[in-house]
Order: sequence, then structure tokens, then C-alpha cells
Amino acid sequence: MTPAICIKNLNKVYDSGFQALRNINLDIKSGEIIALLGPNGAGKTTLISTICGIAMPTSGQILVDGLDIQKDYRLTRAKIGLVPQELTTDAFETVWNTVSFSRGLFGKAPKPALIEQVLKDLSLWDKKDNMIMTLSGGMKRRVLIAKALSHEPEILFLDEPTAGVDVELRKDMWAVINTLREAGVTIILTTHYIEEAEGIADRIGIINKGEIILIEDKDTLMRKLGKKSVILQLREKLSTIPHSLTAYDLHLSDDGYELTYTFDTQGERLGVTALMDELKSINISFKDIDTKKSSLEEIFVQLVEESQQ
Amino acid sequence: MNFYAVKAIYKFEMARTFRTLLQSVVSPIVSTSLYFIVFGSAIGSRIQEVDGITYGSFIVPGLLMLSLLTQSVANASFGIYFPKFTGTIYELLSAPVSMREVVLGYVGAAASKSLLLGLIILATAGFFVPLQIAHPFAMLFFLILTCITFSLLGFIIGIWADNFEKLQLIPLLVITPLVFLGGSFYSVDMLPGFWQKVALLNPVLYLISGFRWSFYEISDVNVGISVAMILLFLSMAIFTVWRIFKTGYQLRK
Repeated sequence: MTPAICIKNLNKVYDSGFQALRNINLDIKSGEIIALLGPNGAGKTTLISTICGIAMPTSGQILVDGLDIQKDYRLTRAKIGLVPQELTTDAFETVWNTVSFSRGLFGKAPKPALIEQVLKDLSLWDKKDNMIMTLSGGMKRRVLIAKALSHEPEILFLDEPTAGVDVELRKDMWAVINTLREAGVTIILTTHYIEEAEGIADRIGIINKGEIILIEDKDTLMRKLGKKSVILQLREKLSTIPHSLTAYDLHLSDDGYELTYTFDTQGERLGVTALMDELKSINISFKDIDTKKSSLEEIFVQLVEESQQ
Repeated sequence: MNFYAVKAIYKFEMARTFRTLLQSVVSPIVSTSLYFIVFGSAIGSRIQEVDGITYGSFIVPGLLMLSLLTQSVANASFGIYFPKFTGTIYELLSAPVSMREVVLGYVGAAASKSLLLGLIILATAGFFVPLQIAHPFAMLFFLILTCITFSLLGFIIGIWADNFEKLQLIPLLVITPLVFLGGSFYSVDMLPGFWQKVALLNPVLYLISGFRWSFYEISDVNVGISVAMILLFLSMAIFTVWRIFKTGYQLRK
């Protein structure tokens, strides 16, 4: 099956000499939601801008639905909707006019019923005649999303769509994304909210210094790199970890009352049962037990740190 | 051809004109009326006739050119500069439109506004002086070509400018002086011999001269040269726009 987006050996060097993208190779499947994570300045927005035609690639090729974005720009751009990171809006226009303008700009015949539905889905219907400058930041963000959806894109880029917006809009956004997913829209999302990526993405890509350092199915990533911890609240204080327990990856808290065992969920033997037996044999008892699974955020930080070494 | 996109840009730009009616239409009408009062009545009362035409009527084509040139440049330059300034240009760059369609939309709207304005000013002039248009089609030819050519120039300025100062630089320091010195308010014959030759170096003189010929059949230079000059300016503007888009200058990073 032809990927929705196929990026081959993409490099982007700005006139200043700064290399924003380094040899990017990436296939994005049709209908999937992919989250691109990365620190500020990692190249996420440059990657999106290059695919959308805002920035010119220095070398490499980008195919959208098998079509070259430069040779077949009309066909490829018509398939793509973009919600930019910045709140760039036509301050003096009304919501209705600016959203209708976007539909026309992307070569689609007027369809007021669709614009109405999009505005209703984004809770913008009662603001349709308001000038954009009178709207709050969150509402402006919704307008940008409505503009991108107005021409019924098959691929949607959301560049940090929930940055600086309230919880209500974030939930609305996720609902809209779910509806689009059900309609088969391919979604590429960049975000700083790792729980957002964890919650809605099918695959996670991590970019740092212009390179994709990892692209993986989210669940596989969590399994591969995820670590679990067992935290034991001890009945009696320990001054040091007993010699017989040195084979385990243990950490003793400063107050001596908490013992944490961290293990790899992919390991052949997890060692939890053996640890319990060992503790019992040397008369260390505990009053409570808790477990903790590493989050995507911890995995992300770990990968970025590793790539910087 | 993405007709929907051209129509969307055109409608969007025209809507801006009607949203800012005072600035876009009323203000040039007021300025033109003031020119008629000051130049036509105050100075015109001392200069009875120029080439057999009353001074008030003589300055009508020049005044029209002054408004057409400045408004065409201002409308088109602002039209494309504003999305760059606000950042909404991202949408234009990511849309399935060719640069030819972008130019058609923006320059078409700017030229339409100027044309509309020119006709309104012409009607306003009718209140102050008796109007006579000897060659209406030639008048429309000059009017339309001037609107298109200077809207293209404005579009080029809007793309080149990266701040508001640059946006104003050429209209204020180049266009306005050239129009004032291009025979808007006088005939080149009224200048001393040396300055008559210098005036011929002013490209705007040829536009005003040709335009005035379409009204009163009097001109400073041969009307054929005026037609050739306006076509030359148009070709130069089209070539420059084509070069800009060929290189992606100032738009795509």
C-alpha cells in the first residue's frame, strides 16, 4: 500500500548555513496518527513546513500518496491541511469569511453546510460573525483548526495544536482528532505534551538536532524501553542495602525506609519473586508495596539524552 | 487553473476595501477634491488656459494618474505584505495555487480597486470642471494598463519589503515625485529648454501625456511612444514578478 507520506534522504539547510534537517527517511501510513516529539529547535516545524511547501528542501524527496510534492504540488497540497504553531490569523476578518476563504484557496467549491458543521464541531458556530481579533487565544486556535479542516484534507498536520490552550479545548481537540481518525484522515502531530502523544498516537517519532532518532509503534516503544519499578515501604530502617541483594538493581531512599527495585519489562526473568524470597530470608519486612511504570516522557528524555551524548 | 483560489483571494482582498471604505475610497476622493480646489481654483484662476484647455480641466488626467499610481502601488503592496507581516502567508504557500494564480488574485484585486477609484475620481472631477473625453477607449486602455502595471509594481514592492518603512519607501520617494514632476499639473512646454529635456527622462511623463491625449488630444510626446512605454513597463513588471517566483525570493525559505 502506498504510504500517505514517504520522505527519502531529506536535508534542509537554511541560507544562514544552519542544517535543520539531516537525512530524514520516514514513511507515514495512511490513516495513522503519528506524534513527533522533540525539544525546541529539533526540526519538527521545519519538517512540517518542508512537506507542506512552505520551505524548500535542500535535497531529498517527499512523496504524498506516491506523488512528488514539487512536481505534483497541486495534487499533493490539496490533500494536506496544516494547523500552524503560531496563532497567525486575519485579525480583521470574520470567522466565517476566513474559514470559507481557506476552502476556496485549496480549490474547493463553496460548501456552506460543511463549514457550518466544522464550526459547530469546534464550538465556533456562535462566533461565526465575530472578527477574529475579538476572540481569545483558544478560540483563535480553533479557527486555525477550522481553516485546515475546511477543505476536507486527507492528511492533517497539527503543529503543537494544544500549546497554551485550556483543558476544555484540549479535550475538544482530541475528540475532533478521534473523529478524523475514524474518517481515515492521516494525522501528524507535534507536541510538547507527552501524555497527548501517549493518549492518541499510533506511532511515536523522536526528533533531535534535525535527525529522527527513533520511530516506533507506541505500544512497542513502551514495551521495549519501558521500565517498571517495585517500591517497598519498609517496616524498619535500613542503613545500607544488604550484601546479599547487590545482584538486584535496588535503590535505598535517604531516610532508609523505602527500597525501590527497577527492572526491564522485556527481561527474561523479572526477579520480583526471587527478591521477595531473598528479603524474607534476611528478615526484611515491608508494610506496603507499590509499582510504577515509566512514562513516555521518561522514555523521551532518556532517548534525547542518549542522542546528545 | 485553480479558479476557486483566484476567486477566493480576489474576494478576500476586495472585502478589505469595503471594510476600510473611508481609507480606501473616501480618502482619495477628498484629496483629489482638495487638489481641484487648490490647483484648479486658486492657481487655475491665474493660469487661464494650457494648450487651449482650461487649467482645471487640464489637470484632470494628471490628478487621475497621481491617484491611480499611488493607490495601485499601495493596494497591491499592502495586500501581499500584510499576510507576510501577520504570518498568514503560510496558508498561501501551502495551498495548491501557482504563483500566476496568486498574482491574478492579488494584482487583479488591487487593479480593480484602482480602476474603481479612478472612475469615482473622474466622476468627482465632473463636479468641478467640464469634462471632455475625446478617445474613451484609449482612455480606458491607459487607465486599465496603468492600474495593472502599477499594481504589479506594488506587488513586487510588497514581496521585497520586510518592514513597513520599505513598503513606503518607493511610493513616497520615487513614485510621488515622478508623478508630480511628470507633468500632472503643467505642460512640459511650460518648462525652460533644459528642464524639458530632463523631464523626458521621467517615465511617468509618457503615461500622463498619453492619458491626457485620450481626453483632449494634446500631448507632450507622441501618443505612440506613450503606448509603447506603458507596454514596456507592463512587460518589465511581468518579467520581474516571473523572476521573483522563479527564485522563490523572500517567500519560501
